[in-house]
Amino acid sequence: MSSTPKNPPPLRRLAPVLEPGHTYASVTDKISAIVLTRPAGIAWFLGISLGFGLVMILGMALAYLIAKGTGIWGINIPVGWGFAIVNFVWWIGIGHAGTLISAILLLLNQKWRTSINRFAEAMTLFAVACAGIFPLIHTGRPWYAFWMFPYPSAMGIWPQFRSPLIWDVFAVSTYGTVSLLFWFVGLLPDLATLRDRSKSRAGQMIYGILAMGWRGSARHWHRYQSAYLLLAGLATPLVVSVHTVVSFDFAVAIVPGWHTTIFPPYFVAGAIYSGFAMVLTIAIPLRKFYGLEDFITMRHLENMAKVMLATGLVVAYGYMMEFFMGFYGGNKYDTFLAWNRLHGPYAPFYWSLILCNIVIPQLLWFHRIRTNVVVLFLLSLVVNVGMWLERFVIVVLSLHRDYMPSAWGRYSPTVWDWATYAGTIGLFVTLIFLFVRALPVISIAEMRELVAHTSEEKP
Amino acid sequence: MRADDHKNEHTAGQAPEHEHDAHGPHAEELTPREYALDLAAIRERLGKTTGKEYWRSLEELSDNPHFTELLHREFPRQASEWDDSVDRRDFLKLMAASLALAGLSGCGRAPEETVVPYIKQPEGLILGKPRYYATAMPLGADAIGLLVESHEGRPTKIEGNPDHPASLGATNAFAQASVLGLYDPDRSQVLTYLGEIRSWSGFLAEVAVTAAGLKTTAGAGLRILTGSVISPTLGAQLRGLLAQFPQASWHQWEPAGSDGAREGGKLAFGRYVNTVYRPEKAAVILALDSDFLGSGAGHVRYSKEFFRRRKVGGPQTEMNRLYVIEPTPSVTGASADHRVPMRASDVALFARALAAKLGLGGGVTLPAGSERLLEAVAADLQQHRGAGLVVAGDYQPAEVHALAHAINQALGNTGATLYYTDPVESQPASQLESLRALCADLDAGRVDTLLILGGNPVYNAPHDLDFTAKLKKARLAVHLSAYFDETSDYCHWHIPEAHYLESWSDVRAFDGTASIVQPLIAPLYQGKTAHDVVGAFSDKPGLSSYERVRATWLPGNTEKEWRKWLHDGVIAGSALPALALSTKWSPAGLPAAKPAPADALEFLFRPDAGVYDGRFANNGWLQELPRPVTKLTWDNAALLSPATAEKLGVGHRAAFTGGEHGQIRSDLLDVTLSGSKVTAAAWTLPGQADGVVTLPLGYGRKKAGSTGSNKGFNAYVVRASSALWSATGGSLRKTGQDYPLACTQYHHNMEGRELVRSASLEEFKSNPAFAHEGAEEPPKSLSLYKEFAYPGYAWGMAIDLASCNGCNACVVACVSENNIPVVGKDQVMAGREMHWIRIDRYYEGAVDAPETFFQPVPCQQCENAPCEQVCPVGATVHSAEGLNDMVYNRCIGTRYCSNNCPYKVRRFNFLRFQDWDTPSLKLLRNPEVTVRSRGVMEKCTYCVQRINNVRMDAEKQNRPIRDGEVVTACEAACPAEAIVFGNANDPNSRVAKLKAQQRNYAILAELNARPRTTYLAAVRNPNPAIEKAGGNSGKMDKR
Repeated sequence: MSSTPKNPPPLRRLAPVLEPGHTYASVTDKISAIVLTRPAGIAWFLGISLGFGLVMILGMALAYLIAKGTGIWGINIPVGWGFAIVNFVWWIGIGHAGTLISAILLLLNQKWRTSINRFAEAMTLFAVACAGIFPLIHTGRPWYAFWMFPYPSAMGIWPQFRSPLIWDVFAVSTYGTVSLLFWFVGLLPDLATLRDRSKSRAGQMIYGILAMGWRGSARHWHRYQSAYLLLAGLATPLVVSVHTVVSFDFAVAIVPGWHTTIFPPYFVAGAIYSGFAMVLTIAIPLRKFYGLEDFITMRHLENMAKVMLATGLVVAYGYMMEFFMGFYGGNKYDTFLAWNRLHGPYAPFYWSLILCNIVIPQLLWFHRIRTNVVVLFLLSLVVNVGMWLERFVIVVLSLHRDYMPSAWGRYSPTVWDWATYAGTIGLFVTLIFLFVRALPVISIAEMRELVAHTSEEKP
Repeated sequence: MRADDHKNEHTAGQAPEHEHDAHGPHAEELTPREYALDLAAIRERLGKTTGKEYWRSLEELSDNPHFTELLHREFPRQASEWDDSVDRRDFLKLMAASLALAGLSGCGRAPEETVVPYIKQPEGLILGKPRYYATAMPLGADAIGLLVESHEGRPTKIEGNPDHPASLGATNAFAQASVLGLYDPDRSQVLTYLGEIRSWSGFLAEVAVTAAGLKTTAGAGLRILTGSVISPTLGAQLRGLLAQFPQASWHQWEPAGSDGAREGGKLAFGRYVNTVYRPEKAAVILALDSDFLGSGAGHVRYSKEFFRRRKVGGPQTEMNRLYVIEPTPSVTGASADHRVPMRASDVALFARALAAKLGLGGGVTLPAGSERLLEAVAADLQQHRGAGLVVAGDYQPAEVHALAHAINQALGNTGATLYYTDPVESQPASQLESLRALCADLDAGRVDTLLILGGNPVYNAPHDLDFTAKLKKARLAVHLSAYFDETSDYCHWHIPEAHYLESWSDVRAFDGTASIVQPLIAPLYQGKTAHDVVGAFSDKPGLSSYERVRATWLPGNTEKEWRKWLHDGVIAGSALPALALSTKWSPAGLPAAKPAPADALEFLFRPDAGVYDGRFANNGWLQELPRPVTKLTWDNAALLSPATAEKLGVGHRAAFTGGEHGQIRSDLLDVTLSGSKVTAAAWTLPGQADGVVTLPLGYGRKKAGSTGSNKGFNAYVVRASSALWSATGGSLRKTGQDYPLACTQYHHNMEGRELVRSASLEEFKSNPAFAHEGAEEPPKSLSLYKEFAYPGYAWGMAIDLASCNGCNACVVACVSENNIPVVGKDQVMAGREMHWIRIDRYYEGAVDAPETFFQPVPCQQCENAPCEQVCPVGATVHSAEGLNDMVYNRCIGTRYCSNNCPYKVRRFNFLRFQDWDTPSLKLLRNPEVTVRSRGVMEKCTYCVQRINNVRMDAEKQNRPIRDGEVVTACEAACPAEAIVFGNANDPNSRVAKLKAQQRNYAILAELNARPRTTYLAAVRNPNPAIEKAGGNSGKMDKR
């Protein structure tokens, strides 16, 4: 006969989404200060120098690329796509979290999204910008890349709409556009705040122009709310569609390892996985350096960790199914592919991928890990690496040994591959650093709402 | 016409029209003072422009009075104009002329091009339409008749001459690549004396003095060194010279020549003979280390005849049978029904044993393990008396050749499957003895004047003769050579040799059929022929090669006949008659065989399948050509059997850059042999006899030119006169370092993918549809897209794997036809070679004696082409006749099509691979094919330009295109007739009939791409009496 224990262990109380004690003014002060009053600091300068240095390398790598051709990279026949496409997919994947957080979580009424959505969206835009470089430059003749757009040419020639690369053009450009709009609309009230608080004439002018005449009237707020919600609705399907279409680049092709139906959901899950990892990678240092622990609380970090755990499991399921189908499907090319992943020349990459994306993230099951900021930060880095490896495995391992054994080859990146990759990381870092100093990293307006809500909740 | 009138016609890159020959009067009209002024003006003007190298050499050269002489002979009128003040337009025009002059820093005379329209158009010439001229290409002691395509006076493509017995319309890789040799910018362009530029007239003057001196001594100090001479005119000239200078002597040295065959004939018949095989008559062939299908005299014809007897499935039901016993894999061995690896010395033992078995006497212990083979071969040959053929290899000793002669005679094959004629060579001789005698004379200081006509003995003479040191003792050495090579360095005079496409000459082919070699273009660089140089010493020095060749043939014949010979490319009825010879020689008289110790390494020297004996080292097409068996490019390597390699602990591995389709890192070996040493990369070759190390000749050149110098290792360094072809007593030692080799196909296991399907003749007879067993061929309806309808033509190709011997002629033909660039070793190692057709090589069976299969893979021109669907800009599209057309100017280079091509036949211009700058290479290109720049995908087009040419003709005549009218470059070149192209819509076309055969299958048919290029499964005819060799002694392991 069992009885209810007299003293049940206390339910773990969730950390608050906003530490108590904040008022409208304190929230506004704290967040706008990062932009308006706080000195930049040596760390900021060091960081942006590093990022900008890498941007210079990117410029050099691109200039040399345009001058010489894609032959400066390690690609060849059979591996026609290398780092460029790996990085493209990686960045696009990272770019997923922002819109997911802002749009989907908004629609789902998840309050905790408020303090992370701004910089997550910024990160999305910057990641999409980094990603957008690659499809352009990876072509043999980038100066003709505009032929991929459907413009009324004098010759009456249109793109070839059966090609997934054309779908990509639409998907990525739409996603980029909507993300930018969404972000900008969300910024309007905060831009007005900055305009009003800015002490410098230039700041007042620039923020004034960007604020587009926001006065904070009830009508403004009303229209703003509906526009924002509508945009959220518009952006939601895009979160799913972009990476689905990106996965079509592979799934539509007949290359063993690419031609699988599981790719769309598995790519979307992977994208969210890597996106949240990148949000954590940025959020953890950000809250530390700018003292935003009150706004980006353990609750946020933990929630993001949980999302990572969930999407990570979906990704793991994807790997498992790929592997299972390799043997169960009875297709000798898929079977060989599975064998080649485990034992081929690139096996270390595959095993590292499993380690980074499946094994290590299982630590997230533990509350103590999820609440340990340092470990969480390291984990997010591991997942970022793992998701990069996943794309490397998909692109290179599938291509290097496909149907004709006589044509099998290998790929190894050259210094220019690395330079371009590092350069886009530099671009990303630079943009993030500029963003931190130029715009409120957390939505002030929404935080004020949160203050209102939390104060109502209190007795 | 005044020069002023048409100077406006000159455009950049074109040379002005020549109205004067090189000995025009203008050089005399201008005073030396004027030269100096003119050149100063050039220098000033040119100093402002780009093109450092050109001008640097012009400056150097313009100080030389001989050069100024040439210069003013060439451009007398422009020379006086240069002093005028020029406006921009005129300046540009002058620059154009100067550009031509820049080429002239090396060449005496720019290519003679007419830049004004014809006032009187030559008969039959339509601008824009190619013309074909018959000529013949000599190579060593062999010659092949050719038709050369000429565009407005530029030879651009070599085709076989269907009327020539050695060609029958097909060619080989060397002939195909020879047109690049013509335009090679590294060719020697000036005549020099001790490094200073001289004129031909200067040389003639010097020779006149020398010849006068020689007369007093009856030519005592005169020595002439040639290769094998198969030109009747040159032979007659040399004999005439010897008659004139009785004390002089003529030596011959052909580093890849066959003394064994010559001396074998002498041994058997007491005289030199030429053996002509007739594989079409042979049902059973035994090749004793002979590569008669892949190299040597007549091999193109032999291939054709041999493979014609192997095309089963149609009306033909039986096929011939080929046994090959060889130490190192050749293309002949790869085509064999039974190929047995055996040490070269054991091949001789086997031949002796076979002779004994057939009752010819003698007797010897067999090489271990070959008793069964001997029984079967002997029985098979005896069963096919008069329809058997034993072929001894060129690099086997005389004894083996004599044995082959005796066996053939005993079996009644002589006269049936082979016959003998007088030698094709003008003066057959033991060339090794000949070279030895020359060395002795040189050493003893008996040589005043040495004429080296072609050849490169400093590089390729046996090292123990120390030719270089001895050459220095000649008082005067004259070297006629296409390149300023290793030998030119040690000779006083260097005379640029005219390419065969620039020369008048004549040759005899394998059966003695004579052809006139006629030039397609005036010598680009004032090259001279051997006729000219020998003629200079004769009593009639003024005659041209043309006159000399005519003098040989015209007496007794009419001008009309001469024109017919030129037109046909053969001199009718000139084949040498069969000799009624019989041998009384018995192998019983042979000295007892002394088998080499089983554990001693045997070293073989073989000409390379790409650069031959080294003469083609600067030919980029041949350098980049994957060798048929090894698939190596740009290098040679010491070939070892897997077991030997394992014993020595050497190996190789695929590097991560390029990998299996590019870069292989291989252990370096020190080869110590005959008191000399060379370092070579090791290469493991399945099918190589154990304990045998093959050292391909022709590499390690120091002065081959910018393409060929310092590639591979020089096997001549360890090649001694005592063991020209196989040597023992050497050793190998691992150096511990490795070396990158460029190999285009390192993975040679099919991984169970049934790309090459094969069966024995027995299996084929009992199950003709074997090629479709277990294969998945999806129904046509399985597509999202609508079927294409082909109301007109539907082009298709069928490739017979039973016929392909991997000889590579198609690959070079394709390169030549389609302006395919050479990418260089680094790019091949990166996995970026550009060949539109590749020949895959797969092994099946045991590692030590596998069966080899070749599979040419051009674009498969799929019906449901995976490439077409993924191109974002529609740069690769389906044509109304079923081709997958590449629209180069629409391509943006995403490479998605290549990724999605299951056959991996697409090639991408990762960098600017094409040479857009070298003027002479511009002349080389086929004007009907776009020259692709970087960033563009390319691939086989089924030679769409040829289809369109034929279509234009057919439409003009209002008739459909006939079967066989469109011949792709690969099909035309193929000696084995393995590639057949045509309209698959026409059930009576050859290709449709082949595709209707049960042997016909598509590779990777399960993908439903529905390729238009299909394959006919290989059928081999093994002797049921021999168990399949090897069996289960270890399949190829995965790499």
